[in-house]
Amino acid sequence: MKHGKYRFIAGFLVLPLAIYAIFVISPFVQAIYYSFTDWTGLSPDMKVVGFDNYARLFQDDVFWSAVGNSVTLLLLLPVVTLSLGLFFAFMLNVGGRRRKKAVIGGVRGSGTYKILYFFPQVLSVPIVALLFQFAYNPESGALNAFFKAIGLDNVQPDWLGDPQIALWCVMAAMVWANVGFYVVLFSAGMSSIPKDFYEAALLDGANRFNTFFRITLPLLWDTVQTGWIYMGILALDVSAFAFVQIMSVGPGGPDYSTEVLPLYVYQKTFRDGQAGYATAIGVSLLIVTLVFSAVVMRLGRRERLEF
Amino acid sequence: MGSTSAFNRRDLVKRAAALGIVAVPAMGMLSACAGGGSDSDNKVEKGKKSAKNPLAVNESAGLDVVIFDGGFGDKYAKDAQSEYLKAFPKAEGKVKLTSTQKIQSTLQPRFNGGNPPDLVDNSGAEQMDFGTLVGKDQLTDLTALLDAPSVDDPNKKVRDTLRPGVVEMGQFGGKETWILYYAYTVYGVWYSQGNLRKLDAEYPETWDDMLALCAKAKKKGVAGWTYPGKYPYYLPFSLYPFIAKIGGAEVLRKIDNLEPNAWKDPAVKAAFDAYYELYKKGYVLKGSPGLDHLQSQKAWAEGKALFIPNGSWVENESAQQIAKNPDFDLAVGAPSSLSDSDKMPYGTIWASGGEPFIVPRKARNAEGGMELLRLMLSKKSSQNFIKQVSSLTSLNGGTEGLKLPPGLASAQVALQKAGQNIVNPRMQDWYVALQKERIGVAALGEMMAGRLTPDEAIKKIQKYADDTRDDSSVKKYKR
Repeated sequence: MKHGKYRFIAGFLVLPLAIYAIFVISPFVQAIYYSFTDWTGLSPDMKVVGFDNYARLFQDDVFWSAVGNSVTLLLLLPVVTLSLGLFFAFMLNVGGRRRKKAVIGGVRGSGTYKILYFFPQVLSVPIVALLFQFAYNPESGALNAFFKAIGLDNVQPDWLGDPQIALWCVMAAMVWANVGFYVVLFSAGMSSIPKDFYEAALLDGANRFNTFFRITLPLLWDTVQTGWIYMGILALDVSAFAFVQIMSVGPGGPDYSTEVLPLYVYQKTFRDGQAGYATAIGVSLLIVTLVFSAVVMRLGRRERLEF
Repeated sequence: MGSTSAFNRRDLVKRAAALGIVAVPAMGMLSACAGGGSDSDNKVEKGKKSAKNPLAVNESAGLDVVIFDGGFGDKYAKDAQSEYLKAFPKAEGKVKLTSTQKIQSTLQPRFNGGNPPDLVDNSGAEQMDFGTLVGKDQLTDLTALLDAPSVDDPNKKVRDTLRPGVVEMGQFGGKETWILYYAYTVYGVWYSQGNLRKLDAEYPETWDDMLALCAKAKKKGVAGWTYPGKYPYYLPFSLYPFIAKIGGAEVLRKIDNLEPNAWKDPAVKAAFDAYYELYKKGYVLKGSPGLDHLQSQKAWAEGKALFIPNGSWVENESAQQIAKNPDFDLAVGAPSSLSDSDKMPYGTIWASGGEPFIVPRKARNAEGGMELLRLMLSKKSSQNFIKQVSSLTSLNGGTEGLKLPPGLASAQVALQKAGQNIVNPRMQDWYVALQKERIGVAALGEMMAGRLTPDEAIKKIQKYADDTRDDSSVKKYKR
């Protein structure tokens, strides 16, 4: 009987597996193959050059600053976004003043805040990037105008034009665009935590700080971990590419200060006609992504709390 | 959460993965096809050669044209297309004209697949790399077109109706001409005569006058210069001819040829110092390092700064803002003289072809593509282009009887004044990454933002140039 069952299931899986192989696995294999060639991307003729592309990577300063910036984004973006998301979600759902009957509740007007936080989520990435670009315009942008208005005439940074702060400016826009999603995600997670836990804790005299770290965060851990991986991939992926491509000076930033790996892949393929080298960069991006996921899974491993 | 099923989910995933691995080698074979286009000859048959059809175009064959829809739009190409249909009525309905800003992402798959269009305006931010196209033998030699009789005068070859230097620009060291530049761009220092008149000033022909004028403007709260800090590779539009003027055209030739220490020439240092002084003395519009080309042009057109390094497309691109000031009177100036010992006279300017047109090697109807180019180089189409987008074309002259807009008229005067002293640096079409990103963003942009001294910038650029010379993946050219 057992064998029949296998055949039965395999029968259903043939089609999806074939589709998966063609559209997911085969491009991976192809990319790895192309990374060993001198393919230009502009003509079908190419030859295998072995590890030349990879050897070149090691001496490419721009590649290394792209790796540096991508890793910075990877480390900071999830921390900042998720912390803010958690904080806001906690305030909206648990952090409010205690009212009659309800054991826990959000701060006053939390419904409105929820909408406000989620609002950036309905804007597409290019629009958010453009909005921020206008705000950062050193000549007529909102930020410098604000500084002028409050009398800080001398504080007129070049924002995206300054290699010291350009990456932070891009990162701020990315946080702004993404935090709303996590507020909603964590709110949903928090609402499924039984109220009696909070009630018990409050009876024991726990303050907000304690309820957050002793109850909310541990019970939300699975969600946080998922969000972490998702945010990390986003920091390495097309989202970073789109923000940098649209906002940055250059693009690639003044003195390569906002160059990120996906953007460099794009430039090498579509500007310099070096698709083979670009796929080698792409493969290194794949490695960074895999290492990141493995590390997060490992660090995040915890006993699952059931309730 | 125990599983009640005898069949473990984890097991299933493992088995599925194993199946996937088996499938992988088979997919590897697929990948061999993905890059390889068929080499079968799919060209249309040639037509009959005649006086009216010197390139022997197949009269009923389709034509596939892709135009870059940038600063010049695509209307001029559509007009040329109707000229083509007038000449070959049988092609009615088979001529396809696509306009896009995404040249490379649209066309790369078609080049790879071996079915490219018949004529391409390879321009804009997504320009395909010419070195690669030529190196990989993807383009048709346009010599046949150049040797064909021109539309206006059957006794003259197309070659002889073009502006000097245009044919050479389309060559890459050999005899073949791969590219035909349709527009003709004058680069330099663009300014408003009206705004200068307000300061009782003329365009400064010497650098001392330039500094004096900037000082005067600063007192009135107007900046001397601005530039697109987001794309600092606009700076060379006035900086390179300035270098040539100081040290002779030879300096630029050495730079283009990536000769060792080409950037260490004293002329480069003198020019960099001069521009750096603009920054030091506060003559550059504040915030310029963070502006893009449209933002800086806007600030300049609103009179917040007097001068901007740019090309003749600025008249079309900033038309709306310029029109707000009826007294604007757009003009282009050649680089000011730095000292009496400058090697080239005042008036030395950078002018060269723009809007590069190519006919892919594997085009089905290459003759048709060339024929459309030939029609575009007629006086009629050329004047149409000039009127529509206020830019010159590569057709020499052809402006008779046209009332030119002020910027273009001034460009025409500048060209006449320059005479033989027209320089044409090739960095921007030979080594795009080096010119735009390394020299532009990482060095010139940093210097003009005050984060590098001229000496540091030169050192950095020289290293970038050396790196490019040693990079075997970049094809090199000499002139």
